[in-house]
Amino acid sequence: MRALLALLLLLAASLAHAHKPSDSYLAIHVEGSSLSGQWDIALRDLDFAIGLDDSGDGDINWGEVKAHRADIAAYALARLKLRSGGADCPTRATEFLVDDHSDGAYSVMRFAASCPGEVTTLEVSYNLFADLDPQHKGLLRLEHGAGTRTAIFSPERATQTFELAKISTLTQFFDYGREGVWHIWIGFDHILFLLSLLLPAVLVLQGGRWRAVERFPPAFWDVFKIVTSFTVAHSITLSLAALGVISLPSRLVESAIATSVVLAALNNVFPLVHGRRWMVAFAFGLIHGFGFASVLRDLGLPQGALLIALVGFNFGVEVGQLAIVSAFLPIAYGLRTSWFYRRLVFIGGSLAIVAVAGIWLVERAFNMKIIST
Amino acid sequence: MIRWTTATRTTRTSIIGTVIDWLGVLAIALFAIAAHAAPYVPKDDTVVLEHLPVRPNDPIARELRRLRADLAADPNDLDTALGLARRYFDLAGSEGDPRYVGYAEAALKPWWNLPDPPLEARVMRAILNQYSHDFTGAMKDLDAATREDPKNALAWSWRAAIHMVQADYTAARADCESMKEIDAELAIGCTAYLDGTTGKAAAAYRALSAALARDAKASPDVRVWVRTRLAELSIRQGEVKQAEEHFRAAYLEPVNDQFLLGAYSDFLLDQGRPDEAIPLLVDWVKSDILLLRLALAEQALKAPKAREHIEALRSRFDAAALRGDKLHQQEEARFNLYLLGNKEKALALAQENWKLQREPRDARILLEAALAMKDPMGAQEALVWLERSGYEDPGLHQTAEKLKALKR
Repeated sequence: MRALLALLLLLAASLAHAHKPSDSYLAIHVEGSSLSGQWDIALRDLDFAIGLDDSGDGDINWGEVKAHRADIAAYALARLKLRSGGADCPTRATEFLVDDHSDGAYSVMRFAASCPGEVTTLEVSYNLFADLDPQHKGLLRLEHGAGTRTAIFSPERATQTFELAKISTLTQFFDYGREGVWHIWIGFDHILFLLSLLLPAVLVLQGGRWRAVERFPPAFWDVFKIVTSFTVAHSITLSLAALGVISLPSRLVESAIATSVVLAALNNVFPLVHGRRWMVAFAFGLIHGFGFASVLRDLGLPQGALLIALVGFNFGVEVGQLAIVSAFLPIAYGLRTSWFYRRLVFIGGSLAIVAVAGIWLVERAFNMKIIST
Repeated sequence: MIRWTTATRTTRTSIIGTVIDWLGVLAIALFAIAAHAAPYVPKDDTVVLEHLPVRPNDPIARELRRLRADLAADPNDLDTALGLARRYFDLAGSEGDPRYVGYAEAALKPWWNLPDPPLEARVMRAILNQYSHDFTGAMKDLDAATREDPKNALAWSWRAAIHMVQADYTAARADCESMKEIDAELAIGCTAYLDGTTGKAAAAYRALSAALARDAKASPDVRVWVRTRLAELSIRQGEVKQAEEHFRAAYLEPVNDQFLLGAYSDFLLDQGRPDEAIPLLVDWVKSDILLLRLALAEQALKAPKAREHIEALRSRFDAAALRGDKLHQQEEARFNLYLLGNKEKALALAQENWKLQREPRDARILLEAALAMKDPMGAQEALVWLERSGYEDPGLHQTAEKLKALKR
């Protein structure tokens, strides 16, 4: 019967993967010539390789991991080689943390590396645990620009090369376009300014009183003129500011934008300018352009693709704006004769805009926080 | 998993869409915090992060350390390497952790890629390869090993085991026959295992219980193995009470056996007694196959823990997919069918699994998934297998009949 022991093995096939095998999770983010990364390695595996359980009690605690930080970094980073354009990109650990994965606790090591020049091809050699556990795998997530790719490292595929293709012009254009749309939609000050100018478009001022327009075309052309002049104006200053021709302090710009919203909305309640609102749109549009420029700067302007980014972003702003206008106009036209529109939306809405923009103005001019936007 | 905190650019199609997106992001973030927190710095040095399966001062750990040190001194010493590999392979079986198979492979490194390694290294290489479901590679080595040494019982056993998994019963019978001259008892075990799957469960049961009665000094491992087989053979003959007696006897033996726990808890689940399965499984949440049974039992009882365990299983299957593993398909099919209610994926996984593994439980999940999808043709191969093999389990035949009724 002893020989039956061998047959016990018959079961092994079905038992094979009762546990998750050993994996590490490696993330590398490429930005120009510098790389930043995060490497999650199972504590169990590190313990097997370099010994972490100093107390010998069968438990690994944070103190033991901390005491071995330098060992972990030396052991792991010696088994990860990053190369770009034939030259090494030396790595160094920057931070140690812990994370819980589905199969236990992992040491999380953040690291940085710098390559001699901008990284266009990245060669990754991964040899962690290759000598101890040939079944270990490294799961890489490589991020570059808007693109992310993944790869699996094993002893058979220990070195892999990644072409970090330049992002195509078209992709870049649409990326910035998307940002433009996004910015106008979350930039409530721009929306409120535009709305303040558009609210009276379906009305006419006769003898100091607002009446509904009789036909659609005049309302449409009014809107068209306002939107176009706003667009032309902010495009001019956006370009000038983005190209560094003019630069204004942002506090001044932001305060001026808030002022523009207050004035535009006040003009609805106490009409001062009516027929020539497109000129107001133009004048204040110049200010709003500086506001857009600061967003674009925050996004990071790609060297060598400045024009693409600028045109793409502006294009996005216009598309976002057009979407708002085309949603607004039919509804406003349909409701123009109602009390709801003329009193509640037009007067009430304008007053509300004055109030909100007034608070912004105070906040921005005096650099204080009253409401959060 | 890995998360970058840098903002990502997303397309927004409308303001409402944006709001919904943000709510979605918030929900995901909250979920991520609950289910899988971001990397963190533990509160203080005494926070225990991980329990090691083997304590450094444990006799097993000491023996492994000694063998590793010996091997490090002379990596080309085959005896030490084989000793270490065997030790690790045993651990893989009792702990269910595939890491040990990797460690065993590392010990055999000097011989691992040789076209003609020494006999014992070759057999060990086959055993480790079949663990990763490389049945073709394993069989090549076993063929060569049995040619070189026709009296190698271990090699014949493994041939039989792989042929059983592949449902190649003719070849398995030939392997059992070859064992008769080497070791009569071993051949009895082999034949019983084969007969039990091919319509002769009663004869197999008699042969195995007689063998067990003959050997009073059988080790606990052997007794667990035989009792588990006897329980399975009883189920196949519809002898529920008798099956339970064998499971209980095996469970009381002083050894850990993942397969026994899996089979016993499946039995209890089938009998509609999930509450009794839970105590067998609670200490084994690290084992995917046992966690699956635990989650099934908790779901049947509507226990609050079920959600957490289902999420844990989901992330383990996701991690395996990320790694490119296809070793889990039988369990993943069961997970999808019974815990996620994703019948379509369950059937696809069960079909994929059937290409590699054709044991009764592989047939069962394939039939059940096809029945859930009302797609009898989807399990055609399992239906053919059931008819040709002569496999007896009444439960499986009922499922097959329901499936066949759909054809008409």
